Amino acid sequence: MNFEGILAQFAAMALALVVAPLLVGWVNMCRAWLQNRSAPPLLQPFRMLHKLFWKESIVAHGASPMFRVSPYVVFSCMLLASMIIPTLSTNLPLAPAADAIALVGLFALARLFISLAAMDIGTAFGTLGARREMLVGFLAEPAFLMVLFTASLISHSTSLATIVASLSERELSILPSLAFAGVAFTMVSLAENARIPVDNPTTHLELTMIHEALILEYSGRHLALLEWAAALKLFAYSCAGIALFFPWGIARANDHVALLWALPVLVAKLAAGGFALAVIETILAKMRIFRVPEFLATAFLLGVLALLVHLLLGA
Amino acid sequence: MTPLATQVVNLFASGLLLIAFAMLAQRRIVTLINLFALQGVALVCSTATVAYATGQTHLYWSAGITLVLKVIILPYILHRLIRRLNVKWDIETLINIPMMMLVGIALVVFAFNLALPISEFSRSIARGTLGIALACVLMSFLMMITRSKAVPQVIGFLSMENGLFFAATSATYGMPMVVELGIALDVLVGMVILGVFLFQIREQFDSLDIHHLEKLKDE
Amino acid sequence: MHALAILLAVPLVGGMLLWALGERESAPEANAAFSFATFVAAAWLTTDVVATGPIRVYQDQFFLDSLNVFLVSLTAFVGFTTSLFSRPYMRTERDKGRMTAARLRLYHSMYQVFMFTMLLALTTNNMGILWVAMEAATLATVLLVSVYRTAASLEAAWKYFILCGVGIAQALFGTILLYFAAERVLGAEGNALLWTHLDLVKGELEPAIMSLAFVFLLVGYGTKVGLVPLHNWLPDAHAEGPTPISAVLSGLLLNVALYSVVRCKVLADGALDSRFAGNMMMGFGLLSVVVAAFFLSRQRDVKRMFAYSSIEHMGLMTFAFGMAGPIANFAGLLHMTVHSLVKSAIFFAVGHATQNAGTQVMEDIRGLLKVSPTVGWGLMIGTLAILGMPPFGVFASEFLILTTAMREHPWATPFLLLSLGVAFAAVFGRVQPMVFGDTHVTPFKHQPALTPVFLHLALALMLGLYIPPYLAAWYHQAAKLLG
Repeated sequence: MNFEGILAQFAAMALALVVAPLLVGWVNMCRAWLQNRSAPPLLQPFRMLHKLFWKESIVAHGASPMFRVSPYVVFSCMLLASMIIPTLSTNLPLAPAADAIALVGLFALARLFISLAAMDIGTAFGTLGARREMLVGFLAEPAFLMVLFTASLISHSTSLATIVASLSERELSILPSLAFAGVAFTMVSLAENARIPVDNPTTHLELTMIHEALILEYSGRHLALLEWAAALKLFAYSCAGIALFFPWGIARANDHVALLWALPVLVAKLAAGGFALAVIETILAKMRIFRVPEFLATAFLLGVLALLVHLLLGA
Repeated sequence: MTPLATQVVNLFASGLLLIAFAMLAQRRIVTLINLFALQGVALVCSTATVAYATGQTHLYWSAGITLVLKVIILPYILHRLIRRLNVKWDIETLINIPMMMLVGIALVVFAFNLALPISEFSRSIARGTLGIALACVLMSFLMMITRSKAVPQVIGFLSMENGLFFAATSATYGMPMVVELGIALDVLVGMVILGVFLFQIREQFDSLDIHHLEKLKDE
Repeated sequence: MHALAILLAVPLVGGMLLWALGERESAPEANAAFSFATFVAAAWLTTDVVATGPIRVYQDQFFLDSLNVFLVSLTAFVGFTTSLFSRPYMRTERDKGRMTAARLRLYHSMYQVFMFTMLLALTTNNMGILWVAMEAATLATVLLVSVYRTAASLEAAWKYFILCGVGIAQALFGTILLYFAAERVLGAEGNALLWTHLDLVKGELEPAIMSLAFVFLLVGYGTKVGLVPLHNWLPDAHAEGPTPISAVLSGLLLNVALYSVVRCKVLADGALDSRFAGNMMMGFGLLSVVVAAFFLSRQRDVKRMFAYSSIEHMGLMTFAFGMAGPIANFAGLLHMTVHSLVKSAIFFAVGHATQNAGTQVMEDIRGLLKVSPTVGWGLMIGTLAILGMPPFGVFASEFLILTTAMREHPWATPFLLLSLGVAFAAVFGRVQPMVFGDTHVTPFKHQPALTPVFLHLALALMLGLYIPPYLAAWYHQAAKLLG
């Protein structure tokens, strides 16, 4: 718990808060370019957050305290998740708590609160969204866990910092288990972040919504917090993917030079990841809801395969 | 026996396993045949890698025979067969696809357990892949018994043969040439006979649904 | 030229010639001629081996010892007599419209090819080639089972193909594991799969690999033997194929499959030093005997019933070879011979009876003695022989098996006795009204070729009463080989 660590932690927090909406803006820009439209500016999400924070937050009459509290809880969970994933450096004061399973737990907590809040008002669309969210989450969580287990088995620890350290230090070799795990992780993050092919983030048709339906009733600062939390979730998943599969460039403890490099490297990787996401969203079409379990079962399957292949082949 | 060669073989083995699962979950027959051809390609590449790394020239011949037979001739025969039989539609399965994937995973675990003590003895560079080969065989078997149309059963049969060939390459350095030639001949003749046979079935029943072939029971 | 080369070349050449020219009227005679030539070659080879002892030919790729040489002569003999039977039988089928000239061509050529594959399986020294030959034998007969093109025969052929194919694939895996174990001891050239070489080093083969290999080989080749629970293809294939094919399947192919299992068992016994292989064979054999006996009583189709009887007898033989020891092995070998002879004789008689009556349902066939005394008596005596009545050979072998079981494995004896009793009651109860009783069916227009039937039954009788010394010595030698 040294001063350097605390500084790094705050830096990570600030980075998350700032970069996450930028990431969402970048993805929207890339999508527009690929679809031959004129792109919204990069800072558009910040403008939206600013607008929402200044608006009044309307709450329905029958809403319980849960409804008011949920946005804060969700936002804190996502922020905490972004903070414990090694983005710039593996030296985090929160590292002992930064367990891969704890990460999954944080996401599950956020999912729980937002689903309950959606059902709180009692509208049909809220409940619809909550049920669908639970369906996706129920299947995506085991898949995510399998991916994390594979990485943990390779690096002999579930602490994210240790995983990153050991994976970046391995010599370059073809690891089929990580390849399978990578594909599984991509599928899971598409599902969890409400992206095509699982959910359309720009839809306005309520019957096709999953994530949007959950936040239909929110307005003002609550909505701002939830939108920011969604951006943070995308950022967290992207950083988790980078940490597990492309960990080179993340600084070690006491490595100051590397710390200076870490930020540009991270930004470059995130930009590449955002572009890839835009390409995926443009190429694929949204699946019908009853196909989503198959999609996620395939992800789970790939995760289990990655685990088994590692156990058998040691690769 | 460089580690790189082992890694490449492991990569192809994992690809083989993935293809086996993909065949299990496939609904369309045309894709099924293409996946079978792809399986043959993975097999050829793996055998060629082992041949290159260990300098066993007879494995090149094996890979060549596999290439000609399983990547070119058999898929061609199968494609022509389904075109003439007009069976390009979707296949229903007896149990739904997510369930089949879970059973497939259970089979893979079982196969790995079974093969682990045996692979200790192998001196081949592809020794870890015996479990994968056995898993492919078991999953082809699962595919055969859960399909209700004739052509997917045949493809399951052929991919079981692929798994066995891969087992031969991974446990030892392939079987003696004369045996491999005999096996290849058997597979080819078997396919020809099956083709004739499927026409006979279609002529009799006007369909290739296996349910028509379940009438004989002990009265 | 060596007799073995002639033995293998004749059926192969015959198959090709009959494929090219088989639509002629003289095809059945040509078939019989080729089978006779094969039989002559086999007899020549047998006298050679009996005189000089085990021989290896063509760089050790083929070999003949006391175990397979008598099977070779048995196969050639039954193949010959079946071809004699099939001559008028298939002509009548064609006259009745159930066969066309084109299908007859397929039938005759595949018959010869089938004989070739079985003889190849019996004489090869290479376990891999053994596998190839067994698979080829399946392929040769698949189209024959479906040759009538009815819905039922197509189903039977499909089941046969798929089930036997899957089984043979297991056997391939077993062969791969066997090669794996052998390669560590014998090196990686082609010699590692030669049985004679393996027999010399069987004590050094790795037990873990050999036990797994034997399991797969037993399951794989056991499917072709018709062991329960892998037997589902057998009753259908026997009932729906033409009768000569049922005769060779029952009489010959099952024997060759059991021969493969026994060869593998010898290797497994040497490697494992425990009774694992024998116990597995005993378990499967006993299960087959019991299940087949009980299924027998439910059958209404005469060929299906006798197919289940084949399953029962193969189970009995597997049980005997599993028990091992000089007497049990001797009994198993004797049983292989007499079962082959008697079962094919029964199928000949049944073939004529069903052809004349136009149905295979037992309740619809009556009064065979009135229709044709030779067929009726042939069926009756054959049935009594296969059910184990003295003085036929089956009684002698069953007696020996039962007494060995009583001495060494008394727990199995009640099951065996019960099953044999149930089978006796069931089969006799069905056959007796078929043979005796009244009927309105017209007698045979032409005399059926029944020489094969009575020849086989006479041989079985002789083997029951008196086994010639050289034959007995032969059996004893083979029994010792099996351990």
